[in-house]
Amino acid sequence: MEPKSPLGHMVRDVWPLIILSIGLLLVVAVIQSLGDRIVSQSLTEGLIRLVVVIGLYIFIGNSGLISFGHIGFMMIGAYATAWQTMDPMTKDIFIPGLPAYLLANSHHWLIATIIGGLIAAIAAFISGLAMMRLSGIAASIGTFALFMSFYSLYLQWSTWTAGQSSLVGIPVTTTPWVAFWFCIVAMIGAFVYSRSKFGLALRASREDEVAAKAAGVNVTGERVISFTISAFFVGMAGGLYGHFLGLLTVDTFYLPMTFITLSMLVVGGMQSLSGAVVGTIVLSFVIELLRKAEKGFSLGETSISLPASSAEVGLGVILLLILIFRPAGFTRNAEIYWPFKPKVAVTEVTHRQS
Amino acid sequence: MAFALQVLMNALSLGSLYALAALGIGLLFGVLKLINFAHGDFITVGAYALIVPSAATQATLLIGDFHPLILIPCIVVVVVILALIAEFLVFRPLRNASPATLMIGSFALGFVIQNILIMVYGGRPKAVGIWSDLSLGVELMPGVEVPKLQLIIIGVTLVLMVVLVLFLTKTKYGVHMRAAAEDFRMARMLGIEANRVIMLAVAISGMLAAAVSMLFVVQTGILDFRMGVSLMLFAFIATVIGGMGSLVGAVVGGFAVGAVSILLQTFLPSEMRVFRDVFVFAIVIFILLVRPQGLVMSRASRERV
Repeated sequence: MEPKSPLGHMVRDVWPLIILSIGLLLVVAVIQSLGDRIVSQSLTEGLIRLVVVIGLYIFIGNSGLISFGHIGFMMIGAYATAWQTMDPMTKDIFIPGLPAYLLANSHHWLIATIIGGLIAAIAAFISGLAMMRLSGIAASIGTFALFMSFYSLYLQWSTWTAGQSSLVGIPVTTTPWVAFWFCIVAMIGAFVYSRSKFGLALRASREDEVAAKAAGVNVTGERVISFTISAFFVGMAGGLYGHFLGLLTVDTFYLPMTFITLSMLVVGGMQSLSGAVVGTIVLSFVIELLRKAEKGFSLGETSISLPASSAEVGLGVILLLILIFRPAGFTRNAEIYWPFKPKVAVTEVTHRQS
Repeated sequence: MAFALQVLMNALSLGSLYALAALGIGLLFGVLKLINFAHGDFITVGAYALIVPSAATQATLLIGDFHPLILIPCIVVVVVILALIAEFLVFRPLRNASPATLMIGSFALGFVIQNILIMVYGGRPKAVGIWSDLSLGVELMPGVEVPKLQLIIIGVTLVLMVVLVLFLTKTKYGVHMRAAAEDFRMARMLGIEANRVIMLAVAISGMLAAAVSMLFVVQTGILDFRMGVSLMLFAFIATVIGGMGSLVGAVVGGFAVGAVSILLQTFLPSEMRVFRDVFVFAIVIFILLVRPQGLVMSRASRERV
């Protein structure tokens, strides 16, 4: 379908955003209507993951650099938010090392979550100034090392994080609909960023770093901007996650979380927002099914259950198969314009052989 | 003086482990442009192969009970076979993919290996004491006692490095491999068989991983499905600060990271010691800011236009 009027063209421009929002709304509404408490908890968790994956897309999709470090920002956001919302009495017991202001006061969860995101963004900005000077693969390893150092810092910093035990007493405020609205905000943020001149410049550097530099793109600067924005959303997702679980452990934010969110992005298609959303929805269903199967299901007379951690193995195998047979993901790295015709023909960019 | 020697030995033995792991990673990066996130899990598998596969909390030795002369080749064979399977099932189908895709592929592979280990052996760490008499001290000079194992680690590393250098410079296949690392396409045009070179590199990388797993498990006496990951992290840092694609750089980086860790461990005040890794990392960032291309510049690390 080709739009006729100027208004039609405007609608088509933002169509991927609209159709993704509607699709997500339908998924949430249908699952919520089942009225099952456990299912709706899985839904909340999936939606929080979606915020993380959209955050990952903002950086990875536009820069072409793989970051293994974003779960570190999620952790920073989660703890920063919890520091603000927990009851002062509880804080005195578990994390007495906090500054006096935080020990004495608490903020509303929404304000706390935004501040938590901002703190994660500041951490990303400072570390990004160093990391983003590195090129391709070295940058990925840099982010991995950054992640491990955040992880070991929080694991040992017990007067602020309760260290190796868990931080309990976080108010549970994240409902499916709260998480849904954060998804919408993150989607709008990601969409606006990728359409902005910053996003365009960064994507130019993704396609050809040398040519982008020659055209006057400050590649390091653009990467830092994108790294910071994406950490903001991932940090807020961390805040939501803490207020979904009601408790935090540093171990929550380790390699499995990194792996799950990264695979969701890759399976959907790293370079499009639609890919981030589709990948998260599809893999969330797959994970839930495999987890069910781990608990056991009955086939006629016999009941079968898969061994523990087969969900993880299954996820890894799916990711490998996608990488081998459909490296651009389900969406082939394109945005969803259906039923419109996409404005630009989608071409698959092949890797330049050196 | 005695104290300084003790610190030096600690630094050298830790640096040796990092250097060996970094060599295994650097070798594959040179030939395949692959950052092998599964290398740490190869190391872990080498260590787990010592015991009977079961989820029991008490580890029963299997290969670990053999005579050392049989044990070591067995572990090497296990890890090399695993590495070759990885090459056939994952790395080869992804041969023409971008380095980023390859990297995610190896990350996925590592994740799968870790979870299969949990499935088979259970997720809890297990104690495994093999050759524990090696941790007894030897007197180097009056007043200086170091564990025998430290000397063995340093010795094994030196021997392996010398063998590797001889292989790379004196044998036909070694020269092929260096040519492939320098310019893969050119090497193929000049008649070097790609698959053979890559398989050889994968196998050698697996051997190095097996060596690390043996040395490491004897030193710590503990099996944990995440044991390889932390080693691999430091090896990664070593390859990056040493200079991607340079084997000399990997070794230099490995010893540098080991030395910095031990120095911090020794000289940090005790309440700061738990934050050692954070300091190591801060120093790494500093090195990267000063020399983003790494300490040793290699031709392969430059992006060609």
